[in-house]
Amino acid sequence: MASLKLIGARPSPYVNRVQFALNLKSLDYEFLVEKFGTKSELLLKSNPVHKKIPVLIHDDKPICESLIIVEYIDEIWTSGPPLLPSDPYDRALARFWAAYIDDKWAPLLRELRTAQEEEEKKRVLDQMFQVLIQLEGAYRQCSKGKAFFGGDNVGYLDIALGGFLGWMKVAEKLIGVRLLDEAKTPALVGWAERFCSHDALKDAVPTAEELLEFAQKHFMAKPPTPN
Amino acid sequence: MGEVKLHGFWASPFSHRVIWALKLKGVEYEYMEEDLSNKSQLLLQYNPAHKKIPVLVHRNKPVAESLVILEYIEETWPENPLLPLDACDRAMARFWINFGEQKGPVFFNLFRTTGEAQEKTGEEVAQILKTIEEKALGDNNFFGGNTLGLVDLSFGWLPHWFEVTEQVQGTKLLDPTTLPRLHAWAQNFKQVPVIRDNLPDPQKLSAHLKRLRGNLLKN
Repeated sequence: MASLKLIGARPSPYVNRVQFALNLKSLDYEFLVEKFGTKSELLLKSNPVHKKIPVLIHDDKPICESLIIVEYIDEIWTSGPPLLPSDPYDRALARFWAAYIDDKWAPLLRELRTAQEEEEKKRVLDQMFQVLIQLEGAYRQCSKGKAFFGGDNVGYLDIALGGFLGWMKVAEKLIGVRLLDEAKTPALVGWAERFCSHDALKDAVPTAEELLEFAQKHFMAKPPTPN
Repeated sequence: MGEVKLHGFWASPFSHRVIWALKLKGVEYEYMEEDLSNKSQLLLQYNPAHKKIPVLVHRNKPVAESLVILEYIEETWPENPLLPLDACDRAMARFWINFGEQKGPVFFNLFRTTGEAQEKTGEEVAQILKTIEEKALGDNNFFGGNTLGLVDLSFGWLPHWFEVTEQVQGTKLLDPTTLPRLHAWAQNFKQVPVIRDNLPDPQKLSAHLKRLRGNLLKN
């Protein structure tokens, strides 16, 4: 029996991506939780180059980088539903938009978190909405009218963006702005609801409560006043 | 004919990755040179998200982002495979390709700085090159083994472009004494016929990079 271990932590969107893939393939794994602010010996040994989570350890072999891990899972476990499309062009589209998400979306989220002034926050938010509008277009193109970016089933691109859903929901509580807005990106709003209520995924999307607690503990100078 | 088109730019290493892959697979294509200061309507239509080259157009469908294009070429024309067959080795190949991408901005930083700032970045670049030599290349002739693959193509900017860039920016980091294996790989890579016959003219490239660096330093 293959032994699977995942080094990670639930607040990480990149770790969530791997959890989604493992769940979709109905794979059992041991979750080795990394404490924020420290790096375990196993992590340093398994990912000496980047020293980052997630790391999937399959039969003692470490695989690093969330999307590379997702692809690896898809290639090894072929009995479950495929995560990447079968057509090379559709695969290229999925990879293109996943790269776009990592290139444009992730850095903006970080900028938003560290933005001090209202003007800076507004500038970053404007850019984020632009990115979401692009992703709305990508969703329409890739889904071809179906429920997910991957079509009828959740796929690679759903997973790539889905990792950020927990934090996107919390953003509304943290900064008072709804990122997924019916008025701006209606198709993505519907997609997010379907993703978060999917049987295999709903427990892997971190809750607003746990992320708020995490944010308060690690990212904020003082706790916000309760409403 | 006309089934495969590539929109590229003569000085771009990203463009060249795609040219090399197409030629290694023996794929016929039509090349469209783009003027980056005056991008064609077609390019803007094919890659509205980034508006960048390279873009590969196959059966009228555009694929953008050089690394995405490489995987597309690998899957569409599977003869002469450029990725390993074993899933674990493929994950490793993708890891190093991704590593190169992640570190790109550091090399760019080296290009657009001088003096102390450049020196500091130079130390970081030296570390990156050491990692590539020791962990990615090791004692192999090519990344991953004895045959040329996508990892080599993705690092293909090191042999020709970085060498010219080092002359322009006044650094000497890819050095045979400090990085013997990586330096040997670079010379080896440039002698592979498909690569050797598809490199931009070094003088033209040097003039182009001098101009670019001049503009960046002014701002």
